[in-house]
Amino acid sequence: MLYLITRRIAAALVTLFLISIVAFIIIQLPPGDFVDAYAGKKTQGGVIITQDELDVMRIRLGMDKPLYQQYLKWIGGVIRGDLGFSWEYHRPVVDVLGERLPLTLILAFATLAFTYMVAIPIGIYSAVRQYSIGDNIATILGYIGLATPGFLFALILMYLGQKWFGMSVGGLFSPEFEDAAWSWARFADMLSHLWVPVVVLGMAATAFQLRTMRATLLDELNKMYVTAARAGGVPEFNLLIKYPVRMALNPIVATLGWELSKIISGAAIIGIVLSLPTIGPLFYNALLNQDMYLAGALILIYCLLVVVGTFISDILLMILDPRIRLGGKG
Amino acid sequence: MANKGYVDAKNKKVNRIDYATHLQLMLWKFRKNRMALIAVGVLGIFLIISLFAEFIAPYEPGTRNINYLQGPPIKVHLLDDKGNFHFNPFIYEMVKKRDPVTFRVSYTTDTSKQIPLRFFTRGETYKFWGLFKLNFHLFGVDGGFINLFGTDQLGRDLFSRIMYATRISLSVGAIGVFFVFILGLIMGGIAGYLGGMADEFIMRLMEFIRSIPTLPLWLALAAALPREWSSLKVYLAITIILASVGWTNLGRRVRSKLISIREEDFILSARLAGCSDTRIIVHHMLPSFMSYIIVDLTISFPYIILAETALSFLGLGLREPIVSWGVLLYSAQNIHSLAQIPWLLITGLFVVVAVLAFNFMGDGLRDAADPFAK
Repeated sequence: MLYLITRRIAAALVTLFLISIVAFIIIQLPPGDFVDAYAGKKTQGGVIITQDELDVMRIRLGMDKPLYQQYLKWIGGVIRGDLGFSWEYHRPVVDVLGERLPLTLILAFATLAFTYMVAIPIGIYSAVRQYSIGDNIATILGYIGLATPGFLFALILMYLGQKWFGMSVGGLFSPEFEDAAWSWARFADMLSHLWVPVVVLGMAATAFQLRTMRATLLDELNKMYVTAARAGGVPEFNLLIKYPVRMALNPIVATLGWELSKIISGAAIIGIVLSLPTIGPLFYNALLNQDMYLAGALILIYCLLVVVGTFISDILLMILDPRIRLGGKG
Repeated sequence: MANKGYVDAKNKKVNRIDYATHLQLMLWKFRKNRMALIAVGVLGIFLIISLFAEFIAPYEPGTRNINYLQGPPIKVHLLDDKGNFHFNPFIYEMVKKRDPVTFRVSYTTDTSKQIPLRFFTRGETYKFWGLFKLNFHLFGVDGGFINLFGTDQLGRDLFSRIMYATRISLSVGAIGVFFVFILGLIMGGIAGYLGGMADEFIMRLMEFIRSIPTLPLWLALAAALPREWSSLKVYLAITIILASVGWTNLGRRVRSKLISIREEDFILSARLAGCSDTRIIVHHMLPSFMSYIIVDLTISFPYIILAETALSFLGLGLREPIVSWGVLLYSAQNIHSLAQIPWLLITGLFVVVAVLAFNFMGDGLRDAADPFAK
């Protein structure tokens, strides 16, 4: 088990290293650089900037050096916990991320929890009472949930919120708590706002997991061991929970990392639509303004979250499924 | 699934089934799935819309009607306000009113003026498929205007724009799926057939691509497209970007199928008969798992459409003058325009219905791909 875990960690580190290179290349891809974008903005504002000034700026930002040197400097800093400087915000990237990163994590894990808390019980119900009214409703809702893009759902909620309650469902805080320090009141306020993005984000994932749960559990329920256990007189509920459900949880846990990645992906666009104080809108602006250290750091963080998610799901699988735990080389 | 119908011993089909071809078996099984059949019908309508968008739309996508800015959808009636039935559907004329205090414009229906709908009528001139100059439209009105889904801020007809957008969005999906097909086949084929180092490398590459969250990756790549590119170039680039991230599922499938088939006897005999590698792959291996590839492609279709919609919605994908569903939703992005022009969300309905139809058809195909399963 320990061997498996170390192997996973090593693989994750290699992946992260490769991602850092790709991230750096991607943020270098757009034609022109931050200095160009900056100059463009200033010129629009009526300020005249000479070529010399731009060159000085490039040298000061270290952009005159070859690409690999820039990369080495950047990644060296990242390892030491220095994510570089955001030119757009005139602050270190770490500061810019500040509160947004924890909020993004809270949102992602709340959504994950919501997804499983809704999908697993309903999935079990759907499988046990196949073709009942409840099952049919769940199936239809599942299909629709899977087909509706999250941002569309967010738009509809925003419209309905505006129309029926005359309130804005965007954001994570009420205006009076926007810049306040953390307190119980602020936390409670956040919880009262959190449900909208959680439901919006969790919809597609819930629909997907619900279908997986239902399908695998249906397969399991038809197997001989269930009949054998039933014939042996095991109470129906114990029988259900102890074996088939445990088996059916396997694919769900196995896709946890993947699900987390989808939720985080989705959070980027939902964050922009609902103007949440998460890293999504930050990333979007950083891309548009070619604020490359910020954008690069965010890509890295996105990937880190996914790698960690996959790692967690691997560990959970080992705990849940003795065949993987004892089977050796994974 | 209780799809035992066609193996029922009392049924005459039992004889046909013995010598039915694989394709026939699949077709029979597909026809059992009612939702999949409905989905095929819906997708047929979408196909007709995308083929004949110019003809179905009463206006060009860029035509502005300055007398009807932000106008609500115009209802088509068969019964007039006195309850009389009219054989020819008609609409009421919309009258513009300006609030004397707020100066806000609103529209009311003038029930005294009926405008009958004309079918196969002459209207705006358009270039059909960019080739022939025509001016025939499926429907239109003489005098006045007809905006079934209302108009946007600039007074452009939403119905017409959705028709054109359907063509663009579906074509992005089709071209994207085509690239996915090529990439998945080549990469999966190399990995599965050659094995060894190539296999190892391609598997790692696939795992790597899958470990990057898709949307941020798409955003980053789309933001890298030069701003001054023409909208057609951007269109092609976006489809390639979407495909280059989306081929891994198919690649995996092709690889695993190839590996399981590679050891079969008929491949060995083909090799002994002196077939070349290409011939073995194309003539002997591909047909045996083509159905799975088609299923995978059908399933990846809606993902590409959704991805394009999301990108364009954020303003990073396609741009005017090309209109796709995402481009149309882009103007519904902020809550203020949404509160005033809620009918912009009609576009979303098209997205959802298209994706639903593809999912149902994909499910039906997946069941049919293996006609011997219960």
